[in-house]
Formats: sequence, structure tokens, C-alpha cells
Amino acid sequence: MELLLVLLIGVLYSAGVYLILRRSMVRLLLGIMLLGNATNLLIFLFGNITKGKPPIIKADLKVFEEIYADPVPQALILTAIVISFGLTSFAIVLLKRVYALINSDDLDDLNTPEEEDL
Amino acid sequence: MIDNHIIAPILIHLFTAIIQLACWSKTITQRVLSIAGATSGFAFSFALFIKVYNGEILTMNAANWEAPFGIVFVADLFSSTLVLLTSIAALAVSIFSSVGVGKARMLYGYFPIFHFLIMGLNGAFLTGDIFNLYVWFEVIIIASFVLLTLGGRKEQLEGAVKYMALNILASTFFLTGIGILYGITGTLNMADLSLKVPLVEDQSIVNLTAMFFIIGFGIKSAVFPLYFWLPSSYHTPPSAVAATFGGLLTKVGLYAMFRVFTLIFIPNEFMRTVLIVLAILTILTGAFGALVKLDIRRLFSYLIVCHIGFIVGGLGLYTKIAFMGAIFYLIHDIMVKTNLFLISGLIRQMRGTLDTPKLGGLYSEYPKISLLMALVLFSLVGIPPLSGFWPKIYLFEASFNANSYFFIASLILASFITLYVIAKLWAEVFWKEASRTEPLSDSFKELDIFRKTLLVLPVGILAAGTLFIGLNAEFIIQVVDRISNELLDTSPYIKAVLGK
Repeated sequence: MELLLVLLIGVLYSAGVYLILRRSMVRLLLGIMLLGNATNLLIFLFGNITKGKPPIIKADLKVFEEIYADPVPQALILTAIVISFGLTSFAIVLLKRVYALINSDDLDDLNTPEEEDL
Repeated sequence: MIDNHIIAPILIHLFTAIIQLACWSKTITQRVLSIAGATSGFAFSFALFIKVYNGEILTMNAANWEAPFGIVFVADLFSSTLVLLTSIAALAVSIFSSVGVGKARMLYGYFPIFHFLIMGLNGAFLTGDIFNLYVWFEVIIIASFVLLTLGGRKEQLEGAVKYMALNILASTFFLTGIGILYGITGTLNMADLSLKVPLVEDQSIVNLTAMFFIIGFGIKSAVFPLYFWLPSSYHTPPSAVAATFGGLLTKVGLYAMFRVFTLIFIPNEFMRTVLIVLAILTILTGAFGALVKLDIRRLFSYLIVCHIGFIVGGLGLYTKIAFMGAIFYLIHDIMVKTNLFLISGLIRQMRGTLDTPKLGGLYSEYPKISLLMALVLFSLVGIPPLSGFWPKIYLFEASFNANSYFFIASLILASFITLYVIAKLWAEVFWKEASRTEPLSDSFKELDIFRKTLLVLPVGILAAGTLFIGLNAEFIIQVVDRISNELLDTSPYIKAVLGK
């Protein structure tokens, strides 16, 4: 499971980096989303994946006696997902507006010539 | 000591924003609420500063979960100083916005978003939990996205794409760093991390994580080589927004850098060199960029980049004197940079453009306001005894002691270039005769005296702050001396948070 996740994270990071280096705005957006997902999986992986051990303490014990699944990384990921949802939806609307204004998907067209450069 | 009042600066701006949301299209009510909220925010921040200055580090455990298990808010002298400066800048911008921001923007919720932004800044300064810091950063960037794009002009949206892409990327780097840090230490509390990071067996992964934080915070505070989103977006929004951004947003990245690199990762020789090299390159690119720009706000944007290098270099030198210089510069910079953009807003009101070749004759027309602006420009350059002068002495001394001659050279060069561009600006905008060929629209003259006061008063408040910092430098030096001690010896911070 860990190995699979490591490979997946690697693929997501490299695809994300490749996409944000493109000139197309849609690819930039997809790249940012992939990088965000890769990071979430990375946090999940670093939280030591434990199968079938819920973090519930027995009634007669004061501390955990055996390995348990850490709930904190999952809480972190959940927060990060919600935040990236908000940011991504804003980014989509922004890029759509920009596309409507300049009628192009190319990031190089975003440089309205500055008066002083002429 | 536990004190639940320390989150008052956060809550006041939250409630102000919520009440303003309830009076959505009543712009006059929103203006009054905004100034009232910012004033009470200032009062509470001032009280917090006094309390921390006279007493000890204050903490607050959210929902009474004890640190390191819950989220903790910490007000040490560094945080409370920055909260105080933020509230002064917020008050000035809020007064300026009541006239300087168009009604259309107010109808689309300018004021609530502005207060959410200030809330995020205060939260980021006060939190003692690294994941919570990430959340405050996100509050800040989502609010800044909206402020940047509000109005929807073409240049604004173009700048916003670059700003958005780079800032989301920075957050991803920061989050990756947090993920790895939690994986290797199992805690998110910054004081607890400070104790646990040195115990990690494999220090190379710690250094790797530190690099993630350098990149993440570096993008946010516009450090070379990823600074270019700043000059290509800060000149597009209204001047009131640009003032908030220029004065405060990049500084929160610097604050986070100081906090993380003094508390969690103690930089080794290599990391210090990296920081100093980055600082030198940031100073040089910012200075040379400012040299060629003719639009006032683009010029100021490059000066922001340039002077961020001063502060990063102070962190890189990592001595007490360097810290004193860097933090003094940070205090001075928040006041002056906010004011510079407010001034650019005033000039725009008076002339309708910010293109220096078209401007001129401001001094003969508005001599008193011009002198007020000259005070700010002088303190930016660092003419003694104004506020920009004192921190530079400390930075020179620190880099001389550390034999870091390239850093001294770049400091001197940047100071000269700043002097040159400001002198040029003064000659072009204030002393040159106004051009006869192109009649410029002066909407400032048509305003009534009340509105004029509302536009000039914030510049005056911030200029008075600059003057206070410059003339009362002894007090500021006492403050930064204590802050530097806190940063170099973190045991009081850890004791205040963890109680051991």
C-alpha cells in the first residue's frame, strides 16, 4: 500500500509540475489541482497508514497500548481539501473571466503592453 | 500566562465583517462600521502590546485543549508588535478607503473582505500552531484574491492570474512541508516542534523540509527568484488595496520565516548562506527594477521587493544585531510602504494618472501635502533621523561583523538606488512644471473639505507613526532588542506555551 501511494504521489507531482510549466491556463489550473492532491496524499502517507485500528480507547484504559490509526493527518487533509476546493473554484471563475476578456488560453497573452515599455 | 483577550484583534475584525455583510448595499453604514471596527481593533491591539510589553508572553488555548494537543494562540512581543502595526495600517487604509474606493467596489463587498483580510493577518501573527498558520495564510490569500480582482478590469485580472497561481503554489509547498514535519515529529504545535525537531535522527530530512518552508514563504514574501508576481499585480488594484498588500501581505511571509527559522529550524551554515544569497539577489533585482519603472506604483512595487531583501538578509546573518536591524526595518517598512501606496492614491486623485512623465507641479499646487509626502519619502530613503536610517546602521554593523561584504555592498548600492529613484520621483512629480499640453483631471480639488480630510488624514497618521519611530528610536530599539532576545532564546516562548 505504501509503495503504491509513493508511486502515485510521484506521478501526481511530476504531472502537476509538467502541467504548470505549460502556457495554457487550463493546464495551469489542472497542474495546481494535481499538486494539491499529491500533497494531500503525502500527508496521508506520512501519517503512518494503519489498517483496521481505530483510535478508540478502551473504557478501562488510560492510554493506548497498541498501534492505532492517527486521526490528525486525516483532519489535516480534510481541512486542506475544503480550502483547496474554495481556491480552485475561485481560480476557475477567474480564468473563465480572463478567457472571456482576452479570448485566449495562452498565458503569454496576459501581458498587456505597458505604456512605458514602448 | 493564559489570557483569553489576546484573540480580540481577530474577533473584532471578524464581527465587523459579519455585521457589514448584514448591511450589504448600505455603503455609508459600511464605511462607518469599518472605521469603528478598525479603531477598536487598534485600541485592543494597543492594549495587547502594552500588556505583553509590561508583562510576559500570553497564551490562549482554543476550546481549552492543552498545548500541544489543541490549537494555541501566543502573543509574544514580536507577534503583538506586528498586530499593533497591522492595526495602525488597517485603520489608515480603512479611513482612506471611505473616500478612495469607488462605490461600485463597495457594493460588491469591499469592506467585509478587507476586514476578513485583516482578521487573517492578525490570526497568522498570533497563532502558535503551524497548521493553523497555514489556514490563516489561506484566509489571507482568498481575501486578497477577491480584493485584487474586485472591479474586473483587464489588467487586474491579468495580474490576478499570476498572483493566484504563484500563491496557491506557495501554499502547496508550505502544506507539503507541514505534512513531512508532522510525519517526522508527530506534532503541529510550534513550541513542541522546537523541542522535537532536534531529536529527529535523520537531520537531512529536516533540512529538506526547511527548504520547503523557504520556498513557500519565499514566494509569499516575494524573495528572488519567485518575486515577479508582485510587481505584475500590485499596481492594478485601487491604491487602498495596494496599500494593504504592499504594507502587510509580504510582511506576513517574512514574519512566518522569522518564526519558523528561529523556533523550529535553526539554520545551519548552508541555509544561512542560501538566505543571504537570496537576500542579495532580491535587493539587486528590486533596486534595478525600480530604476527603470516610470509608473509610480510599479516603482514602489519594485522597492518593496528590494527592501524585503534587507529583512531576509538580517535573518540570514543570524546574529542579535542583525535581528535587531531586520525587525526594526520590518516595523519601519510596514508604516512606510502602506503610506507610499496611499500617497500614490492621493496623487492619482490629484492628477488622474500615475505615469511620471505626465505628472508635475504638485509642489506649487499642494505645498503642505507635498511636504507631508516628502517626509515619508525621506524616511524611505533613510535620511537621519527618520525611521529608515536606524535599522540600516544595525544591518551594516551585523554584516560587517559577519564579514559578509557582498551583503554590505548590495545594501549600500540599494540605498543609493532608492535615493536616486526617490529624488527622480520628487523632481518629476513635485518640482517639474505641470505639462500644459495634456490637461490632467484633478478630482481632488472638487471634493469637499470633509472628504479631503479623510484622504489626507491616513497619510498623516502613518507619517506621524514614521516620525515617532524615527525620533523615538530609543524606545523602538528597546523593543527590537527584546524581540531579538526572544527569537534567539526561545525557552521563554516554549515555557509559556507548554508550561515546562
